[in-house]
Amino acid sequence: MPDAPGLELIRGEIEMDHPGAVLDTSFDRGQSALVVDPEQIIALLTWLKDSPGHEYSFLSSLHAADYLPAEPRFVVHYELLNRDRAERLRVKAPLATVDPEIDSCVDLFPTANFQEREAYDFFGIVFRGHPELTRILLPDDYVGWPLRRDFPVGGEPVKFTYNERNYG
Amino acid sequence: MRSRQLRSRDMLRGDLEGEDLERFVEERVVMTNFDKMLGWARANSMFPLTFGLACCAIEAPISIVTARYDLARFGAEALRASPRQADMIILSGRVSIKMAPVVRRLYDQMLEPKWAMAMGACSSSAGMFSNYAVVQGADKFMPVDIYVPGCPPRPEAVLYGFNKLQRKVMGSPDQGWRRRYNAEGTEEWARGGPRSEPSPEAAEAYEAARASIRA
Amino acid sequence: MASPETQTPETTSEVMTINIGPHHPATHGVLRLVVDLEGELVRDLKPVVGYVHTGIEKSCESQSYWKVIPFVERMDYVSYFFQMEAFCGAVERLVDLEIPPRARYLRTIFLELNRIHSHLVWLGTTGLDLGAISMLWYCFRERDKILDLFEMATGQRMHTRYFQVGGVIEDIPLGFEAKLREFIADMPVRIGQYEALLDRNEIFLSRTKGVGIVSRERLLELGVTGPLLRAAGEPWDLRKAFDYLAYPELDFKVPVGTVGDNYDRYRVRLAEMVESVRIIEQSLDGLPEGPYIADDRKYVLPPRSELSTSMESLIHHFKLVTEGYRVESGEVYYSIEGPRGELGCFVLADGSSKPARVHYRDPSFVNLQAFRDMSVDSYVADMIASLGMLDPILGGVDR
Repeated sequence: MPDAPGLELIRGEIEMDHPGAVLDTSFDRGQSALVVDPEQIIALLTWLKDSPGHEYSFLSSLHAADYLPAEPRFVVHYELLNRDRAERLRVKAPLATVDPEIDSCVDLFPTANFQEREAYDFFGIVFRGHPELTRILLPDDYVGWPLRRDFPVGGEPVKFTYNERNYG
Repeated sequence: MRSRQLRSRDMLRGDLEGEDLERFVEERVVMTNFDKMLGWARANSMFPLTFGLACCAIEAPISIVTARYDLARFGAEALRASPRQADMIILSGRVSIKMAPVVRRLYDQMLEPKWAMAMGACSSSAGMFSNYAVVQGADKFMPVDIYVPGCPPRPEAVLYGFNKLQRKVMGSPDQGWRRRYNAEGTEEWARGGPRSEPSPEAAEAYEAARASIRA
Repeated sequence: MASPETQTPETTSEVMTINIGPHHPATHGVLRLVVDLEGELVRDLKPVVGYVHTGIEKSCESQSYWKVIPFVERMDYVSYFFQMEAFCGAVERLVDLEIPPRARYLRTIFLELNRIHSHLVWLGTTGLDLGAISMLWYCFRERDKILDLFEMATGQRMHTRYFQVGGVIEDIPLGFEAKLREFIADMPVRIGQYEALLDRNEIFLSRTKGVGIVSRERLLELGVTGPLLRAAGEPWDLRKAFDYLAYPELDFKVPVGTVGDNYDRYRVRLAEMVESVRIIEQSLDGLPEGPYIADDRKYVLPPRSELSTSMESLIHHFKLVTEGYRVESGEVYYSIEGPRGELGCFVLADGSSKPARVHYRDPSFVNLQAFRDMSVDSYVADMIASLGMLDPILGGVDR
């Protein structure tokens, strides 16, 4: 885990190549995170994966979270790992509330295939350029994005024809 | 003892008549009717379907056929993978909304007589998962004959449930309760057979259900 | 017998798309595969999952932190202790709570017992898939011994709710140590028996050797971790890479394969079982005395004996049981080495007594992406063998 000064160094280096990409850094409870501009996410992930001295080449996890009522509401988390130094780095990309969209990183990290579909399935975040962005865990004809904070836990009530016919 | 000997002597002499003779025969010959025998045979030779959904699947059907909790001693050793050959389905695990039509289809593909055991809390009543993704109890879409509570139930509990199901099978071979709930006649037959297409009412109901999901 | 390479296009039939599952005797759970078959060769494969999706992550958002523990342990239903450890570890990092050394060692013991349990279930069911049906009975005989140990310590065979934030819920009872020592003395003999059954079985060898090979680089690209990655030759194990629980103080090896075919995966898992027995033995020998749960009454229930004497304990107990403790805003991602790979837990706290987001990075979900690479351009029977050696647990895949 790069510590707080290490994190600022990384930010400085990124600023030289991609100015304006990093919006914020945070070092909380021993874990470091970079908040980045979602439009430059692919450039940033490529930089982190390839640049010598950093080489975060393993994507442990890609997941999204809903920070309602904070704006922007959806944040996509990329948990990067450098296996040689055993260091983790989190990259967060905040997205707009209405029509959240971000570029897909499947070409860079093929492991993101199923995980981006899961984020789409749960939150409705569209990953541009994903080869097959369909629902993965919920039925294909399900309506609604269940893991959003304003979606009720019980979901939509299921209608069974037997009950409709006999009990109205 | 002495009176029985005297009666036997009378019968051999041809002295017992009418009612005495009838009673004599009844006491000595085991009489049963065909239904009871059929029920006994069905109960002691169930073919369960190898159907495991989630955590309960590790306890049954995998763990109860192993050596410690042997299901084979009750006659249910032959677990069949094809629903056409099975007559009991153990719903072991949570039924999600994506899996529910599949379970119903499997149940329809089983031929009469068939029984269903809802094993565990999740298939009986959704257990702890009262949320959007789990059907709140398998009996919302299929008839269930016996419920075994637990999360997961111990294999001994499942075997006890199985024993109760056996007693139920022996006791009520006509399954009249199914008829009361309109839960009969839903089997799916192979193509070309006499019931290979669903009945008009069933077809209409399927179409209405699909249309209401699409809408 | 014609191999995949010698089948020329003229001799094969057209490509058929066939649906396998979700109910099928050979799938480990309700996995549906849509396979494009050309004769008996698999040309393309698409796994369709979601048939046991339970919405656990959504349910967790409406429970207080300690009530989340029974929910998350039901995800990957064979390695329940690992899910508990991932969540409790994440929350402990969120509230900056340190667990006492006895709890660390006890957690390690139970985690390794669960790892052996998971590998035994894998070996039994994979043997069943491949036709070595007697493996099921032998493996489940040992599995029942492990479940007896779990029941002795926690009261439940599966889904024990044993780990709590701060340590473990109860100390191990008298007689547990003796029974555990008996088990670990016996286990290497049993593993030798499994090897004797399968290692020189010609059918097993021809079904697994040289089958399902995926290169190390491709596995890393796909995010695969755990025994699958180690069988391909990459010595990556989170127990050695990151320090957590009692692993830094224990001496154990990490088995690594060479070729990366199904036979290597089988051998890696068997060797891992032997290493787990060693870890348990060392933990048991070095088990420190002391409290089994942390002292901080803001997060940990006070012992029941104090409730009748101390008013403060009663107030703590009441608050913890009704509302639960509040965690300041923050987020943490904590991952451990599960029996299938990297099991990570992401917890987002928003200041209230319920987590705002609990997400599990499940190893089976990510490893399933490698299944296509393992079985394309090989026979259907090899695909089934690869599926067994991949060891997906659909509860973890679908959550």
